Amino acid sequence: MPDDDLTQRIIDVIAKTQHIPAEKITLDSTFQELNIDSLDGINILFALENEFNVNIPDDAAQSIRTVREMVDGVTKLVEGGAGSSEQPAHAS
Amino acid sequence: MGPRRVAITGIGVISAIGRNAGEFRKSLADGASGIRPMQSVAPGLLRFPNAAEVQDYDPARHFDEKDVGLLDRFAQLGVVAAREAIADAGIEWTPELRERTAIVTGSCVGGQSTEDEGFVGLYKNNSGRVNPFTIPRIMANAGASRISLEYGITGPTWTISTACSSSNHALGQAFWMVRSGSVEMAVTGGSEAIFSLGFLKAWEAMRVVSPDTCRPFSKNRRGLILGEGGAALILEPLEAARARGARIYAEIVGFGMSSDAHHITQPSPEGAARAMRAAICDARIDPEQIGYINAHGTGTIANDSTETTAIRQVFGEYANTLAVSSTKSMHGHALGAAGALEAIATVLALETGVLPPTANYTEPDPSCDLDVIPNEARRAQVEYALSNSFAFGGLNAVVALRAWQ
Repeated sequence: MPDDDLTQRIIDVIAKTQHIPAEKITLDSTFQELNIDSLDGINILFALENEFNVNIPDDAAQSIRTVREMVDGVTKLVEGGAGSSEQPAHAS
Repeated sequence: MGPRRVAITGIGVISAIGRNAGEFRKSLADGASGIRPMQSVAPGLLRFPNAAEVQDYDPARHFDEKDVGLLDRFAQLGVVAAREAIADAGIEWTPELRERTAIVTGSCVGGQSTEDEGFVGLYKNNSGRVNPFTIPRIMANAGASRISLEYGITGPTWTISTACSSSNHALGQAFWMVRSGSVEMAVTGGSEAIFSLGFLKAWEAMRVVSPDTCRPFSKNRRGLILGEGGAALILEPLEAARARGARIYAEIVGFGMSSDAHHITQPSPEGAARAMRAAICDARIDPEQIGYINAHGTGTIANDSTETTAIRQVFGEYANTLAVSSTKSMHGHALGAAGALEAIATVLALETGVLPPTANYTEPDPSCDLDVIPNEARRAQVEYALSNSFAFGGLNAVVALRAWQ
């Protein structure tokens, strides 16, 4: 089960990025239902990377189509520590 | 008197697969990719470690120290290519010709490396000031202006910025001006040099750059590979070229443009198809006369399947016998220079009867079911060819070329 606080933070990020009320977003919402296209999707990933200080790999990002998949993916990264080790969080 | 026929009488290239047109030609025929570990940015800072950079480029071999200070790398690459093309065409300049020659170039982001560097000094190092050469270095027309200054060319000179279609739009405008008789000659092409950390980070955030290599039309493709370079072509009326005994590489016979009006980054097959149809119509030929397409073929999931759909919309059943390849698999995606690099690749294919392959191809994709000339160049004498460019922002530009016999 996803962590409730984490889920709410992710929903809040999606709501803020998409300019839609958080109440409209549930775990079962699909990106299509929320009118999230590919460009919106990468913008949400960018916001999530900043919110949780993780790096979301491209391959993982490509398969995400629902809020639940996004929550599951971010949960794994957050629980895994600093997230993906593909690159540092900030380039020097 | 109808419109004039337009000949290509000079070419110049500097790219990841060749520092001149001869090297470029050989790499295309060999299917040799210029995608290598990135040298401009330290390893580990980006999710994508590879790029198509110009190898062993030494500005001092082309420009004196003062000029190097005035010209960003993108402008230098444009000038180096233009010099080669102008020398190749054997132009004998007269005051009249200088006045009736156009320069039309394309660049997506101009001297953004200079901008990056200057602003790092300002924001990070608290320098409090920015180099006064910053503005002349970053302006997207810096290369075009330098070519004008260097050769005393005083005709219409400008630069087009339409993202990845920039230099195809430039080529098309130059072609139309020569065809209509508004100028007697045109120096056209494009250049780009994008390897600064800030800009690369922005591409990383787009999540369309491949972590390994560029595999256009292959099922396991993972994105584009960024490239850099400069490419230039000399256009002049066919009759004038013949009269002066110039070497004619090919004719440019048509140009078509369209706008998707669909999405800022997602491509639309209808928009791409409209641009191809417009180029074919402008050339006054039938689709079945086209024998080869140098595809936009970026290697992204979205582009290659969309472009395949667009080609099928235009050519129908005939698409099954049409040869299509993406040379971005070798010279990378040089953004605003891409159209000019690929136009030259197409010109060389028509001239030599060797169609360049799609390199790094490993796995057929049912959504890209075209004859993509996998991995090995093919001997085939084709009369007409298209070169496609489709840009973010939904702006499409297609050039039609004809072999010169």
